[in-house]
Parts: sequence; structure tokens; C-alpha cells
Amino acid sequence: MLNLIVRRVAIAIPTLLIILVISFLLMHAAPGGPFTSEKPLPPQVLANIEAKYGLDQPIYKQMINYTVGILTEFDFGPSFKYKDRTVNEIIAQGFPVTMTYGVWSFIVAVFFGIPLGLIAALRQNTKTDYFAVSFSITASVLPNFVMAPLLILVFTLWLGLLPGGGWNDGSWQNLVLPVIALSTSYTAELTRLTRASLLEVLRSNYIRTARAKGLPERTVILRHALKPAMLPVITYLGPMFVGLITGSFIIDSIFSTGGMGYFFVNSALNRDYSVMLGITLLAGGLVVLFNLIVDLAYGWLDPQIRY
Amino acid sequence: MIDLNAKKKLNLDDFDLSSGDEMKGRSLWVDARIRYAKNKMASICLFVLILICIFSIFGNFFAAFSIEEIDWAVLGMTYEKGYPSLETGHYFGTDEMGRDLYARVVQGSRISLAVGFIGAIISTFVGTIYGAISGYIGGRVDGLMMRIVDILIAIPFMFVLILFLVVFGRSILMIFVGIALFSWLGMARVARGQTMTLKNKEFIEAARATGVSQFTIVIRHIVPNLLGIVIVYGSLMIPGFIMAESFISFLGLGVQEPNTSWGALISEGAGTMTYGTIWQLAFPLFFFTVTMFCFYFIGDGLRDAFDPKDR
Repeated sequence: MLNLIVRRVAIAIPTLLIILVISFLLMHAAPGGPFTSEKPLPPQVLANIEAKYGLDQPIYKQMINYTVGILTEFDFGPSFKYKDRTVNEIIAQGFPVTMTYGVWSFIVAVFFGIPLGLIAALRQNTKTDYFAVSFSITASVLPNFVMAPLLILVFTLWLGLLPGGGWNDGSWQNLVLPVIALSTSYTAELTRLTRASLLEVLRSNYIRTARAKGLPERTVILRHALKPAMLPVITYLGPMFVGLITGSFIIDSIFSTGGMGYFFVNSALNRDYSVMLGITLLAGGLVVLFNLIVDLAYGWLDPQIRY
Repeated sequence: MIDLNAKKKLNLDDFDLSSGDEMKGRSLWVDARIRYAKNKMASICLFVLILICIFSIFGNFFAAFSIEEIDWAVLGMTYEKGYPSLETGHYFGTDEMGRDLYARVVQGSRISLAVGFIGAIISTFVGTIYGAISGYIGGRVDGLMMRIVDILIAIPFMFVLILFLVVFGRSILMIFVGIALFSWLGMARVARGQTMTLKNKEFIEAARATGVSQFTIVIRHIVPNLLGIVIVYGSLMIPGFIMAESFISFLGLGVQEPNTSWGALISEGAGTMTYGTIWQLAFPLFFFTVTMFCFYFIGDGLRDAFDPKDR
């Protein structure tokens, strides 16, 4: 197990470094710095500002300073557009919002998707199964940027039941629509995966053996079929987490919830490089961390895997 | 005597005929096509998808307006006058700026579908070659090449793609480049896995024994045998590319005006649906969803058609 952790971290470090170097170089290759505006600044003023942000130093030094700042003090530097705010403050404001509906969407997807898939597989070719299959096909062709406007149209404009935007400190009325919009396609994918995986396991030889030796069906399913059936599902949780973070772009821009996605898209439109860089790195770190957790869960679920 | 000869001849004919039939039935491609055609849903979806492609290529010949033309008679009164109608020539109505939505949906379909197909072609090409080489050579080279894939695949690509678009300017070309940079990774893994099982087969050994160069073995013997699985995987990736482009265009970071794509049109439609101009959302959404549906079932049908497990 320790071996596995060491190996995954050995992959994770170059991943993060590549994200850092690519984004850092991209930012600096960009035509027009963060302070280019329609009215050009006097050269002296520009030089002063650049000195303040350390932009006059050679690029590798900037990169080292930046990395050291993150590693030692978790400091992502100042925002280039909002002069009085640091990237840390922006992340501190947006991150909890993204995490709140991200975690809720995760819970909803897991608690609806997996059971639905299991039931569908256990009652293959019944009405329940057909319902689950058609649900998962329908929902998987409706990405969150399609779901979100449709939900607003129905629940806000036609029925007037729920607010179509705003955060309101995360009250449940404001959470419902974003969570549904974000979680639907993942629920569908989990349903499909779980169903297919359990069906395959149920056809395997050791399940036949378990049935042949007279175990009750309940024990066969719970003790023998469930764990191996979960393997592909667990693998999917890593990419799903990435999807939940990036899904926040859409959720924030439609529901104006004010999460990280809002700041990322905004900084992309404003060329606020330091904010983009900070959020990209943070997301990259989270993704790497989550993939590690998934790998560990995998090792626990599947005793055949030796690292 | 004569009778006997005739009988013999007849039997020979029979034999030739039946053996000819058998030869035909053995080809992987014919086999796959027959199996695909048996799948009704997949066949219907293929037909619908072809219709949508024809619509996107030739649709503009029937448009009464261009994508940029502003219909001044409608501007400012989109809800009252811009609704879909055959008389005004706005078959799908107009958008908020009085531009013909039919022409714009045609243009949007063209870009979205192009992103899907070109993305699939590039990623298939690069991924197959990369995976085949990595799997065929094996050993340390394989380890290194696959570690590179491991590292790149862990990068949250949507963030980097948006960085790309911000730095190098928003254009459809940059979206192609950005998608192409990341999309081949999964394909490379699939192709490598398949190559590993192929490379110890007799026909590869035979090629090696007759002194065919490594490069030629990969291109002439390995890659053609990967095509089945590559086509299936490629067709499953197309919706992902279309979604990625639409996602970015939805955020306003993708295609630039006056060009448009499904994502940009859905975004515009979603922004104005509060005014009751629901057709601005409905038409692009319809084409997007139907296309996604079609690709889903086509990919499914192809998988069944090529899946060797089924045989």
C-alpha cells in the first residue's frame, strides 16, 4: 500500500509541475500583459507596477518565487485586476460555494445513481430496468449547460417554485436547481456503469458457484457480487470529481451562485492571469488528490491488484 | 454416360457457389455491417445523423437571410414579429438582434459537427500511432511513453483549454488545437492495450521472420488490425468533443461572432427565454440533443458490430 502511495505521488508531482509550467509560460507568452489597457500607461508607471508584482524579473525567477510562495505560505499572490484583493481571498470566497453544491451533487449522484443501477441489474428486462436505462440515456445527452436553462424555464418561469439564481448563503431553495443541473448526467453515468458492471459480475463463474452451494440470493449479492461490481464505478469517481469542479463554470454563470467557476471565467474574460493560474493549480491539485483516493479505494476493493 | 457428366458438373457448380458465399461472409467489415444493420435503433440514428449533416452542409441554400444580416423590421420586437414563420422567411424565427435563426443554426451545426469529426480524426490518428508504437516496442520506451500519457491525462484539460483560448485568442482553430492536444490520450491507451495482444500473433511473427522493418510492421500490420476497436472508441468520443466545444462557447470563450455554434446558440437562447422567445432556445437545443442521441446509439451499434466477444 505504501508502495502504491509513493508511486502515485511520483506521478502527481510532475503532473502538477507540468500544469504550473504550462500555465505560467502560456500566461507570459500572451500578447498584452495584465496592465495593458485602452489608455496606455506612462512607461515609468508601468515599470513601477511591474516591479511591484515582480514582473520585471526573469521568468524562471518569477516561477520559482511563485512556487515557493504557494508551498511555504499557501500564497497565490495578488490579483492583477482587483488591486485590493489577493487570489487567496478570491479562492476563499468562491471555493466554499463550489464545494457546497459540488459535494451535494456528488452525494445525489452516488445515492441515486448506484442504487438505481443495482436495482436495474437485479431486475434485468423488467419495467424498472427499462426505466433506468432510458433515464440514463436521456440524461447522458443532456449536459449541465442544457439542464440548467431547462430547469430554470420549468421551475422558475413556468411553475415559479424555486429561485432561478443567487446564492443566499446556501439556503436549500437556492441549492436545489444547481445540484440537479450538475448531478443529472453523473447520476446517469453511474446508473449505466453500475448496471453493466453488476450484470457482468452476476454472469461470472464464482457467482454460479456461490449459488450452486446453496447460498441465499441475498448473501450472493451482498457478500460476493457487490464489491467487484463496484470497481469500474469507483474508477469513474475520479473523472466525475473533475467534472463537478469544471461544471461549476456553467452553474455559476447561469445561476449566479458566485463559486470558483464565476471567478475563473471572469478572470479569463479580463485576462486576470494570477487568478486563472491560482484556480487552475488548485483544481489540478484537487484532481490529483482525488485520483489518489480513488486508487487507494481500488486497492482495498480488489485484492487481486498488487502494487 | 452423358447423364453422369451432367450430374457431376451440377455438383461442382453447387460447391463453387457455396464456397463463394462463405468467402464473402468472413470479412470483418461485411460482418460488422450486417450486424450493424440488424440494430434498428443504430440504423435509424445513422440515418438521422446523415440528415443533420446534410442540413448543416446544404441548409444555407434555403436560408432567406445570411447569418449576419439584421432584419430591421423585427429588431426590438423579437417576441411580436420574430417568431418562427414560413411567410417572413425566418423558418426558425430570429434571435434577439433580429438575425435569422435558421441561417445561424445551420452555421452552428456546421461548426459543432466539424469540431466533433475533426477532433475524432486527429485523436484517432495520433492516438493510434502513439499507442501502436508504444505497445509494439514495449519495454522501457513503452514505460516512458505511457508515463507521459498518465501525467497528461491527470491535467484538468478544460482549465488549460480555456487558458489556451485566452492567451492565443478565441477562435475555432484554437479550439481544434486545444482539443487535439488532449484528446488522443485515451485512444493511445486503448490502442496500446490492443497492440500488446496483437504483437505475439503468428502473422506478426511471420512478417518479422521475412525481414519486414519494425516501422512497416506497425503501419502495415498492427494499425489495420486496430481499426475496429479504434473506430468504436472514436465514435464514442465525438459527443465529448461536441460537448466540450459547446461548453466553452456557452461560456463565451469559444467561437467568435458572427460565427456561432450550438453551445453559443443555446447560451443566447437561455439568456433570452425570460422574454418568452422560447424558439431561440428550442431549435439549437433540439439539434444538439438529437445529435447527441444519435451518436450515443451509433457508438453502441458500432461496439456491438465490432465486439469480438459477441462472435
